[in-house]
Amino acid sequence: MDRTQLLLGLSIALFALGLLGLIIRRNALVMLMCMELMLNGVNLSLVTFSERYADAGGAVLVFLVFIVATAEIALAIPIVLLLVRHTRSMDIGRYTDLKG
Amino acid sequence: MGVLALGSAALMLVLRQPMRVALALITTMMALGGIYGLLGVHFIAAFQVLIYVGAVMVFIVYVIMLMELREAEGNRRFSGWRVPGLVVFALLVLVLVVSVWSGGTGSLPPAASAPFSLTQFSAEFLSRYWLVFELTSVFLVAAIVAALAVIKVSRRVDG
Repeated sequence: MDRTQLLLGLSIALFALGLLGLIIRRNALVMLMCMELMLNGVNLSLVTFSERYADAGGAVLVFLVFIVATAEIALAIPIVLLLVRHTRSMDIGRYTDLKG
Repeated sequence: MGVLALGSAALMLVLRQPMRVALALITTMMALGGIYGLLGVHFIAAFQVLIYVGAVMVFIVYVIMLMELREAEGNRRFSGWRVPGLVVFALLVLVLVVSVWSGGTGSLPPAASAPFSLTQFSAEFLSRYWLVFELTSVFLVAAIVAALAVIKVSRRVDG
């Protein structure tokens, strides 16, 4: 068992924990943070392979993931704020009136 | 470092208050930055700390403080999906770990002696991946316009 496998295991664990949190938690902000955790897990595997192959392509992809994560948070937070102001709650169970 | 990242990530799922979850996530990200630094890709470690911890998490912490909403005591922490969620979690970990471990590292080329440098990365980014770089700017403009639209909607809801 070498370093690459260990790091890949860690990235799998981070991604799976983020997915688990996204499924089981009810707080909208916590769910957003779990999505960040999933992105971090993917980033770790990208960096691991990029470092292993000594190829900069993976690092470019990591930068793009950074940018996408930032834009996603910048868009999701105002939406969550709007929902919280609307329903006075962060519980996703109360957002049932979002149906079109 | 990896144990720290994993431990605080697991802590994220069980903590009740959003602020503590955010602090656990910050710990995870700092530990990941440390791992990147130990791997020798120092600029990605720097950007991990700058962008994730410095921008994204500060934004989230700021929003948590702004809302100052405590979860009501009666609210359940976990949704009704926790049993299927745990099953999916176990299956996903099992499949991925088995595939990583059984494959071994035989198919991978031998580890490079030194990781790529920042100069190499920058040259690659602006020559081979120039289209992606340009598309990123379009994407960011679209994100800004969308954020402005959301703010406009919230003003209309208020007034």
